Amino acid sequence: MSNKKQLVTIKGTKEGLSIFIDEACSFEEAMADLQEKINAIRPKEYEPIVSVHVKLGNRYLLESQEKELREILNHKSRFYIESINSNVILKEDALKWKENSEIKAVRKIVRSGQVLEITGDLLLIGDVNPGGKVVSTGNVYILGNLYGIAHAGAAGDRKAIIAASYMKPTQLRIADYISRAPDYESDGVYMECGLIDEEQDKIVIDRIQVLSRNRREISGFERRILNG
Amino acid sequence: MGEAIVITSGKGGVGKTTTTANVGTALAMFGKSVCLIDTDIGLRNLDVIMGVENRIIYDIVDVVEGRCKVRSALIKDKRIEHLALLPAAQTSDKTAITPESMKEIVDDLKQDYEFILIDCPAGIEQGYQNAVAGADRAIVVTTPEKSSVRDADRIIGLLEKEDLTEPPKLIINRIRNHMVKNGDMIDVDDIVQLLSIDLIGIVMDDDEVIKASNNGEPIALNSSSKASIAYRNIARRILGENVPLQSLDTEKSMFYKMKKFFGIRS
Repeated sequence: MSNKKQLVTIKGTKEGLSIFIDEACSFEEAMADLQEKINAIRPKEYEPIVSVHVKLGNRYLLESQEKELREILNHKSRFYIESINSNVILKEDALKWKENSEIKAVRKIVRSGQVLEITGDLLLIGDVNPGGKVVSTGNVYILGNLYGIAHAGAAGDRKAIIAASYMKPTQLRIADYISRAPDYESDGVYMECGLIDEEQDKIVIDRIQVLSRNRREISGFERRILNG
Repeated sequence: MGEAIVITSGKGGVGKTTTTANVGTALAMFGKSVCLIDTDIGLRNLDVIMGVENRIIYDIVDVVEGRCKVRSALIKDKRIEHLALLPAAQTSDKTAITPESMKEIVDDLKQDYEFILIDCPAGIEQGYQNAVAGADRAIVVTTPEKSSVRDADRIIGLLEKEDLTEPPKLIINRIRNHMVKNGDMIDVDDIVQLLSIDLIGIVMDDDEVIKASNNGEPIALNSSSKASIAYRNIARRILGENVPLQSLDTEKSMFYKMKKFFGIRS
């Protein structure tokens, strides 16, 4: 037993407690080793719950395997899984990520009766006229006038934003929120953006500069990958 | 080989037929051979405005259904040479012709005429489909009203899908000067900015236009009225001349405007 290579190592790192699982051995072996280690610890009821980061290295976990891992760690131990990190993802998932986080540039005037639908972020170089509609699963950036309807985060992303050079929209929609223009005639605004304000529980329009405070994550594809 | 221009608007009552009659007349006055086609089957008006209602023997449906040749259905204008009209039928409806048969007729007429002006019915259904089928170019007519600008925007979107040689051109019709000044009517610049297509002419609201239409004499024949000048300017721009837009100001006398108009021309 002692001459056997350690398949599972538990270490304290600056992030907290980390469980490193060897990437070369089979999943069953690793799980058996993990089980053994957990059994050896045999935590007491009164011990505090410890959060752990699971580091998989270059191992890919199937959904069923991840479930098994979680079961072992949660069962009979005082561990709480903070994250499961792997260096590898499926090509399929990678492409989906790319699709969802890519900025798609479209040069067009979206006229009355036309609908422009995009997966990911939309960069529209042109106007959205009254009666026209743009829909994206990510953010909507408009280099032009927004007079019609813009729907960001159409798949449910409440962090999505709508920014335009000039906006006097009939409606702004973000995820499941809808706001409409006031009934009285009002002037539009230049270089502003619409985003959901969690406190007020509605869509607010503010200067684009607030995004550097409220929505830092819009600037990075990498960040999205890290956040999963 | 001539060119076919469809005159359309989406919304009804903005002056498509009046524009067709007057621009066509103006083009003919400049010596071009012009054929007007009324595609508003069931609600024909172009013949009334041209004052040739009582001369109709055959119409476009007769041509499509093979009861006569295109040339025998054409009505020659009584005032100007090389101006002809192919009237719509009053008894059938829009489904009596198809885009294919329309294209055939237009292609046929292009052999004989330099300009074919197609008067499109209101709406975006079959009648519209028929009217744009044979067209090479398009002119969109709008008035400075929200609803009509919206419909123009919709029509421009639809025209983008058609096989045209150039983007559609815009005519803003029935501008009421005092209302624009008070800010009660949408500004010409705002309309052009929103629709973002080239403006080919603006026409002031003018009582003379209604009078002329009732008399069956297109206003373009009357040399002095403002609207008449506007229509002739549009015809010139269609021919490729560079004519500045009319001033919106009515304070100045007609004489001054005429002088200015001719002055700019030279």
